Amino acid sequence: MESKSKSNSNSIVVRLFGSWVSYMRRCLFRVISVGPVPSHLAFILDGNRRYARKWGLGEGMGHRAGFLSLMTLMKYCYELGVKYITIYAFSIDNFKRKPDEVQGVMDLMLEKIEGLLKEERIVNQYGVRVEFVGNLKLLSDPVRNAAEKAMRVTAHNSRAILLIAVAYTSTDEIAHAAHQSCLDKNEGVIRLADVERHMYMGVAPDPDILVRTSGETRLSNFLLWQTSSSLLSSPKALWPEMGLRHLVWLVLNFQRVQPYLETKKKKLL
Amino acid sequence: MVSLQFRICFIPSHLKLQLPVPRRSLDLKLPPRALSSAIKAATVNGHPGEDAGFLRGTAVPAGLRRESMPRHVAVIMDGNRRWARMRGLPVGSGYEAGVRALRRMVELCCKWGIRVLTVFAFSSDNWFRPKVEVDVLMALFDRGLREELQYLVSADVRISIIGDSTKLFNSLQALLANAMETTSKNSKLHLIVAVNYSGRSDVVQACQKLAVKVKDGVIEPEDINELVVERELGTNCTDFPHPDLLIRTSGELRVSNFLLWQLAHTELYFTNSLWPDFGEDEFLLALSSFQERQRRYGC
Repeated sequence: MESKSKSNSNSIVVRLFGSWVSYMRRCLFRVISVGPVPSHLAFILDGNRRYARKWGLGEGMGHRAGFLSLMTLMKYCYELGVKYITIYAFSIDNFKRKPDEVQGVMDLMLEKIEGLLKEERIVNQYGVRVEFVGNLKLLSDPVRNAAEKAMRVTAHNSRAILLIAVAYTSTDEIAHAAHQSCLDKNEGVIRLADVERHMYMGVAPDPDILVRTSGETRLSNFLLWQTSSSLLSSPKALWPEMGLRHLVWLVLNFQRVQPYLETKKKKLL
Repeated sequence: MVSLQFRICFIPSHLKLQLPVPRRSLDLKLPPRALSSAIKAATVNGHPGEDAGFLRGTAVPAGLRRESMPRHVAVIMDGNRRWARMRGLPVGSGYEAGVRALRRMVELCCKWGIRVLTVFAFSSDNWFRPKVEVDVLMALFDRGLREELQYLVSADVRISIIGDSTKLFNSLQALLANAMETTSKNSKLHLIVAVNYSGRSDVVQACQKLAVKVKDGVIEPEDINELVVERELGTNCTDFPHPDLLIRTSGELRVSNFLLWQLAHTELYFTNSLWPDFGEDEFLLALSSFQERQRRYGC
């Protein structure tokens, strides 16, 4: 009886502490939101395997840790008012990795998409629409069917959009757009708008910031077209280590350069 | 052939900031089309360093490894105007100092066996700068090319221009065409100068060319893939169209519509140095940073 009341009071303390942390975070976001907040963040989720090696975790556990980090960061971004988040979940180049690893990532993706379809918790709480962008024909049938179902189920949401780049590379996206543009009846004339219309990423505006974790500074064939004017950031943290302070630092850096970028954009319009 | 493109960007040298580069030692039934797409992508992007034979006979600086030297370096030469403003000089002086930095860069690339140097000299967005500035720049291109053509010939440097040069003055267009013709047989270094260039426009013009070929029945739409698109881009003038290293001076952390397609697997290096201050030491830092990167190409 006594131990039950002790554990009840412990859980009340934990809940209170959690609420206080949440409240402080929302206050911090209110302060940051006085300045411009990026409307579209793109992430290259690099460093999962290194994280697993660093902490002696099993094969594939790095990607699971990365998924948890993704959920947390998504929550923070949507609380802050970021409308679009794009993540580079799986590149066409990643198919060259060991078959076990590729299978592990595909299994994880399938598990998480099915979990999303079952619970729909975070997605509906924030009104998130999920879009899978990439050459989905390269995926196995179960994964592709689950992805298409997830897109159908969340199509009615409109407060925020999560774009998951799977079986994606920018050069494949552009080649696909070129192919589709040539199929249109255009008398052999193609303009910029025609190419953009056929991009997989046509559902979202260009990212304000492209973040690549783990300190590597390269684009790895991700959103080459869309990030021509984006701020590039490469924090040293591995993807599973990304947290609130990294997001805050990112936004503050964005606010420093944003006025100049806005002026430039207006001149080009 | 090697192309060098110079872009002069000036950044205050005291703002030496560089993005941190941590040193770190990186029965699903795959649909057959997924594997073949990945293999095609690897072929398109290529793996430099495998052909280290190009570096034989060149003097690689101490501390750098010959086999890990980049084959193609691209530069966004940013910060010329800031350099001039900081010294109370007119903008034209900033651009002139940038040209000198460019010349230093060409010499270093020739000395160290880099085959292609691509520089962002003038973006299609730069037309929005004040007319006076644009006129100064155009005059500088003209004068610079006339004065340096002899040097390029003697240094065995081939020059190519990418971008829409039809918007330039006729005399400058003629000068550029003459320079390309005169140096076309040179092979030590290929200097690619991007003038009135935009990465997106480059891709759109490639798609446009393909659309015309489809309309004329030369190719079918189904034949359009990454290799086919790549062949139509402006950088088809070189055998090594993909930069291994992109350097941007002045501390700006953006690609600014430069070589979009070609930067797929390029290592990016950002420094706070202004372009006129970017010399041998800064270039060595950039190359050492490049040599410490682990390039995995998705693996």
